[in-house]
Amino acid sequence: MKEFTKGLLKENPTFVLLLGMCPTLAVTTSVANGIGMGLSATVVLILSNLVVSLVRKFVPNKIRIASYIVIIAGFVTMIDLFLQAYVPALSKSLGLFIPLIVVNCIILARAEAFASKNSPIPSMLDGAGMGLGFTFALALIGSIREILGAGTWFGISLFGAGFQPATILILPPGAFLILGLLIGCVKLLQKKGEKAKQ
Amino acid sequence: MIELLLLALTTILVDNFVLVKFLGCCPFLGVSKKVETAVGMSLAVTFVMTVASMATYLVQYYILVPLGIEYMQTVAFILVIAVLVQFVEMVLQKFTPALYNALGIYLPLITTNCAVLGVALLNIQNQFNFIYSTVYGFAAGLSFMLAIVLFAGVRERLETSDIPEWLQGFPIALITAGLIAMAFLGFSGMKF
Repeated sequence: MKEFTKGLLKENPTFVLLLGMCPTLAVTTSVANGIGMGLSATVVLILSNLVVSLVRKFVPNKIRIASYIVIIAGFVTMIDLFLQAYVPALSKSLGLFIPLIVVNCIILARAEAFASKNSPIPSMLDGAGMGLGFTFALALIGSIREILGAGTWFGISLFGAGFQPATILILPPGAFLILGLLIGCVKLLQKKGEKAKQ
Repeated sequence: MIELLLLALTTILVDNFVLVKFLGCCPFLGVSKKVETAVGMSLAVTFVMTVASMATYLVQYYILVPLGIEYMQTVAFILVIAVLVQFVEMVLQKFTPALYNALGIYLPLITTNCAVLGVALLNIQNQFNFIYSTVYGFAAGLSFMLAIVLFAGVRERLETSDIPEWLQGFPIALITAGLIAMAFLGFSGMKF
């Protein structure tokens, strides 16, 4: 169970481990995109962790990274085709970033750091926890950017016609600014937690 | 010729790979503490991106399309890139050990630099021909270099400045990147 919960907050891939920055910055212009991206990555993460863990005893050490990438690329292709067929709107708005899940550092990092050393069940739990932690982070950043930058949440207008949205937040610079401030806040909370313990 | 030049300029300034398209953020944030390593890293990335653009173009139109297996694109491209990176690593290790040591663990990470796979996929998406693909790959590398070198310059100065404790390190780096991205937004009005 610890394998599952650590990814959600304590070792959150985005806010604490600082992995997978490209999709985090690129697709969080709205909540829906963020959640779509997060869940796609979660599915790939669970499946690739499972397979990597299953083959960990047969793969020679020297070519392990290459074989992990092929495993991940296979699952990403499946997700890509699945989204194109059943959720074309999401597939269109995430665009290039679906095939680019292959090179998302979170997935390779978990394969290398966890799944290659642990048995299948804990590996899947680790993948699910990390994936959901990633989804949570993307949803949070997406919410902040969409609410402040466009005045909507899941596409529903929140403040009425008089609201002047800060458009800069849904433009590229806003992604960097919001993520920077959020990681700063996480650091602040961690410091407070440590002080409280002492 | 003019068109190629315009394509390159647009890629470098208006559609900057890192600051506008968010491709290659991991090395952008990870290897940008010193201008020197930033230059080395971006040279390696530019080289890999140019060669990868050419190689993936050939793979796409001479292997995948004739065989009708375009859906294997992601898998095939990532393998081509992984091999190329391995090659660059061996060359650097042999001829410039100093640079090799400085780039350390980041060199194998070019494989997972999404800018490289991104440029390969964009070439196909935009239906560029061979020459356009090569120029686009090269210009994308230069746009990465411009962004990371500028950013490293700012970060070197941040080292000695007085930053509130909770923003030190990564957060202030991201905010800096945000400000640089804002400056690049100024180019977006330019239409070539």
